Amino acid sequence: MEFHKIEHLLEKYFEGQTTIVEEKELQTYFSSPDVARHLEQYRSIFQFFTHEKNLIRPQKAAPKSKKRLVVWLSVAASTAVFLGIGTFVYQNYNTVTDSSFGTYDNPEMAFQETQKALNLLSTNVNVGVQSVQYIHEFDNSKNKIFKK
Amino acid sequence: MNQKEFVAAVIPFQNKLFRLAKRLLVSTEEAEDATQEVMVKLWNKNEVLNQYNSVEALAMTMTKNYCLDQLKSKRAQNLQIVHNNYKESNSGLQKNIEDLDTLAWVQKTIDNLPEQQKIIIQLRDIEQMEFDQIAEITDMNPTAVRVSLSRARKTIREKINNTHQYGIS
Repeated sequence: MEFHKIEHLLEKYFEGQTTIVEEKELQTYFSSPDVARHLEQYRSIFQFFTHEKNLIRPQKAAPKSKKRLVVWLSVAASTAVFLGIGTFVYQNYNTVTDSSFGTYDNPEMAFQETQKALNLLSTNVNVGVQSVQYIHEFDNSKNKIFKK
Repeated sequence: MNQKEFVAAVIPFQNKLFRLAKRLLVSTEEAEDATQEVMVKLWNKNEVLNQYNSVEALAMTMTKNYCLDQLKSKRAQNLQIVHNNYKESNSGLQKNIEDLDTLAWVQKTIDNLPEQQKIIIQLRDIEQMEFDQIAEITDMNPTAVRVSLSRARKTIREKINNTHQYGIS
């Protein structure tokens, strides 16, 4: 009968004399539904071992999600920057086109107007230069005094 | 060994490391930390790993030592190391198998064994390793492992028989 063999194996088992194969045999015997009544008490021991064998390391999701968070953050930051640049450029472009600069259709008139504007500028610059002459004069007299 | 090779080498036995750590430290979180720690140490040893004939045995030894160190430092902190100090957050065993209350008894009995015997029971009866492998990991000779194993198994039997008979009468 089978349980005689199992009893024998159990005896060896508790002496630490069983091989891995024999121990596996014991485990399968005790995980089957028909265990002899007087061996019932050993069932929990072997079932415990079988149960513990299936324990697996919990997978940590934390580092992965952290990485993902960084990715999303950078995506958000870059879109914000691009949007900022975009609106800035868009607004500047708009003001340039919208502003009421006078334009000339006739190139001749445009040339004349430009010359006029440049003349105005240069005369004004010369006014400035003339007043600077006084300072030069002052400088000259100061040098005369301080050399002596 | 590059990262990919390392992961491929380590993945097959990471659960074993975790189970051994959990056997000794009881709490899932502590065991997870220990496993993590051993992984990092292994990675740092990367260059010299191929000098060892079994990375797995090395990893198991490291796990064992790390856990024993942890236990020791807990003791040094004046925490009495009974298993109440490590409460399981998801009281796993009891909850999962409420109908098999006796399994919890076996767990309790094993928890009360000395560390050395716990390790040996874990390696032999749960991981089903050969004696010389266990001897290598625990740094004992195979005969001593056998004796210790037999002692642990008999203790479990005695405790279980007691509760079993108590249940009947």
